[in-house]
Amino acid sequence: MASEDGKEVFDAEAARLLLKDLRANFATGKTRSYEWRVSQLKSLLKLATDHEEDIVHALRSDLSKPTLETVVYEIALFKSSCEFILKKLKQWMMPEKVKNSIITFPSSSEIVPEPLGVVLVISAWNYPFLLSLDPVIGAIAAGNAVVLKPSEVAPATSTLLAKLLGEYMDNLAVKVVEGAIPETSALLEHKWDKIFYTGNTKVGRIVLTAAAKHLTPVALELGGKCPVIVDSNINLKVATNRIIAGKWGLNNGQACIAADHIITTKDFAPKLIDTLKVGLEKFFGNDPLMSEDLSCIVNSNHFSRLTKLLDEDRVSGKIVHGGQRNKINLRISPTILLDVPEDSLIMKEEIFGPLLPIITVENLEDSFNIINSREKPLAAYLFTNNKTLVEKFARNVTAGGLLINDIALHLTNPHLPFGGVGESGMGSYHGRFSFDTFTHKKAVLYRPFIGDVTARYPPYTPEKQGLLRALLSGNIFNIILALFRWLKS
Amino acid sequence: MGSKDAKKEEAFDAEAARSLVNDLRGRFASGKTKSCEWRVSQLKAMLKFTNEHEKDIIDALRSDLSKPMVESFITEIAMLKASCEFTLKGLKRWMMPEKVKTSITTFPSSAEIVPEPLGVVLVISAWNYPFLLALDPVIGAIAAGNAVVLKPSEIAPATSSLLAKLVGEYMDSSAVKVVEGAIPETSALLEQKWDKIFYTGNGKVGRIVLAAAARFLTPVALELGGKCPVFVDSDVNVKVMARRVIAGKWGLNNGQACVSADHIITTKDFAPKLIDALKVELEKFYGNDPLKSEDLSRIVNSNHFARLAKLLDDDKVSGKIVLGGQIESKDLKIAPTILLDVPEDSLIMNEEIFGPLLPVITVDRLEDSFRSYNLKEKPLAAYLFTNKKKLKEEFVRNVSAGGLLINDIGLHLANPHLPFGGVGESGMGSYHGKFSFDTFSHKKPVLYRSFGGDASARYPPYAPWKLKLLKALLDGSIFGIIRALLGW
Repeated sequence: MASEDGKEVFDAEAARLLLKDLRANFATGKTRSYEWRVSQLKSLLKLATDHEEDIVHALRSDLSKPTLETVVYEIALFKSSCEFILKKLKQWMMPEKVKNSIITFPSSSEIVPEPLGVVLVISAWNYPFLLSLDPVIGAIAAGNAVVLKPSEVAPATSTLLAKLLGEYMDNLAVKVVEGAIPETSALLEHKWDKIFYTGNTKVGRIVLTAAAKHLTPVALELGGKCPVIVDSNINLKVATNRIIAGKWGLNNGQACIAADHIITTKDFAPKLIDTLKVGLEKFFGNDPLMSEDLSCIVNSNHFSRLTKLLDEDRVSGKIVHGGQRNKINLRISPTILLDVPEDSLIMKEEIFGPLLPIITVENLEDSFNIINSREKPLAAYLFTNNKTLVEKFARNVTAGGLLINDIALHLTNPHLPFGGVGESGMGSYHGRFSFDTFTHKKAVLYRPFIGDVTARYPPYTPEKQGLLRALLSGNIFNIILALFRWLKS
Repeated sequence: MGSKDAKKEEAFDAEAARSLVNDLRGRFASGKTKSCEWRVSQLKAMLKFTNEHEKDIIDALRSDLSKPMVESFITEIAMLKASCEFTLKGLKRWMMPEKVKTSITTFPSSAEIVPEPLGVVLVISAWNYPFLLALDPVIGAIAAGNAVVLKPSEIAPATSSLLAKLVGEYMDSSAVKVVEGAIPETSALLEQKWDKIFYTGNGKVGRIVLAAAARFLTPVALELGGKCPVFVDSDVNVKVMARRVIAGKWGLNNGQACVSADHIITTKDFAPKLIDALKVELEKFYGNDPLKSEDLSRIVNSNHFARLAKLLDDDKVSGKIVLGGQIESKDLKIAPTILLDVPEDSLIMNEEIFGPLLPVITVDRLEDSFRSYNLKEKPLAAYLFTNKKKLKEEFVRNVSAGGLLINDIGLHLANPHLPFGGVGESGMGSYHGKFSFDTFSHKKPVLYRSFGGDASARYPPYAPWKLKLLKALLDGSIFGIIRALLGW
């Protein structure tokens, strides 16, 4: 593995050996037992509980993430995910009996869930604890051996994960490989039974291309420009609070389901902006660059990327609030822009930061078409009390998921599949969907030797054909007639 | 479009493909394919042309594969009709949003999953069941509300032409199109961005499709194949077992089927009895000169014929033939051939046979072979013939494949309540029944909240009491929540 003191490089050969070991371990059947899966999940719960402080510390180091965001949105969410799965696991592991069709009569059928084998989870840097371990829960619950590759862009969390999983989990079947591009490439050269990747579309394509060589199925949790449509018919104060929480309260906008930009009517925009300003000051004080309740920008690359978006000529003049930055501390204050041009950079790429453009339209329903004409985002939001508008939105707007009158919360409901579509990803997880995404649903049909329809077999005489036709038509009268003719022959 | 047009030499190139996809996207955006009425009308149209042109379909299959009429009728036509009818019956229900539970973390709220079409999808079909494997996925695509392009296999040209003609005449050409052709046309199609690609065929092309799709982040379903093993125990009804093995090998397009029996594994003791039973039934089914039997498909073309002849010619293999081995290259016919204990490293045991050659491999104990099979590539299906309950249990527990079938071959794909698909080298994704609808759908979660019940604990400035309350909420512990609310 990538070691700190030695000169061990994790190359393709090391990856090959790692996989070989894991496959041998999987072949022993150990990871398939209910007891093993439960023991591993309980260990994960324990490490999250015992090391809460270390985790908070690591996230503060990597992202200056406020304690509450870490404790609630990373740790508590993770634990509740774990507990939900522990409660339901036995049920999910059981074969599911299904109906039979007349064609296979007599028979009985079931679907048996089985692990895929050895799987790879590649995580992201913005929720580095949750997004590493949440998919791992699914992999383990489904009975697989798993390798986790945490993001190197959040190094303190990566190191902590390697340490904790090394201490608490079954190292023969659950491994952490730390590293960056070389190590990830080494891992991707080999055949996995599934790859689960959280991150951006550029690397998503690289992962898919690598997986194609081995026919490896892939789940991709990507992002997109999650739009927030805001109607005038709303509880303005609550809506504004939720928008602020769903933008700057989510790792300072660096979240795949954070509000990317707002679309509202020309008439309503001024009121919305004013209320946002008031809310922002209440939440983060009048010098937000100093607020402890905001994450900083993860690194200087992203800082430059974001300031470039702001500094573009046709955009810098559209700032109506904020715009301050501190390069040394990697901080950008909550910034609102009004009516930036459609073809500006800030409206073309996923912002992933504390900049919130507000686009105005004449008619709010026009925004549905605007959203549908772009790449499908991971989530789309609508704030309104208007039931008709809600129905139209739910029926017509395509995104990974939709949420009415709030932001991001849908991912906390384990009964809803969480995932993207089109450019925002493929596959889904959370709750039962996590179990399913790492599972092969094996169809099993049982037949007895009795009830053999000899009409199936050659030589194919006209009478046999008649009988088979009649049987397949399902018409009793035809069947009896044809049976009679065939028996006579 | 397809270069069938005698008047012009239109090549279906990347530009033509791009223009085609654009047209379809425009069509899809109009919302027409989303309506229940449209979907039903298209499925009914498909049923109609299948009924009205049964004879043409049978003729095309005879031309392409010398497929016996009974096989064409049962395994292609009747199966497609059953699939259509099952989908028509379930469609309205499948289209409805599914209400799901909500969690305390989003209280108060309501949640549902709304199925929606992916958009414009591509179905690439195979040559061995060229009618069924072209239209069955198309049923799913249409049922889910997509616009669809079908690319039938050029290796079954009569069926390909017939499909283009029938779909063109009976279905909505503005949203359901057939593109005929071979590698150039398929490559042109694969250069475009699709919302889903459904490919049936072999692993080599499967990898090409996946790589092409990766550029656009297009999700793909692959229905491939594999060496479907048949484990035969001694505790069986020998006659019925033999018949079902024959039906599941030579009765399935003469072994050219992704789910047909590839090879048998049985015990050393039982092998002679098994082979004798097969010989007896084979003669009953196909007479004593099977090369002349009308009830066997031929080998599809000279490439595959040469491939299969080569498998037989292998030095280490030709001496292991215990039945058959006769070939007739003019008519592309190979007689049902059984081989006994060919070497493990022979070519015939290392690639999917897809033809009328049936190796029988003997072992000491059947259970041991279950475990060793898991070290190989996972096949599309695996079969076991036995009366023993415990053996069945061990088989189901230990053998991994797309699907398993006990005491028969191939039939499991006739149950629309079972997902049909592969795993590992045999594919990804599944279809049939509702799974067809699902494979071409996006299951969109929708959460509805009102403005009431706003927890101010969510918002900055973050204070310790807020932290405690939120933690307790996520814990789901009522007691914890009350304590936090009371400020303890």
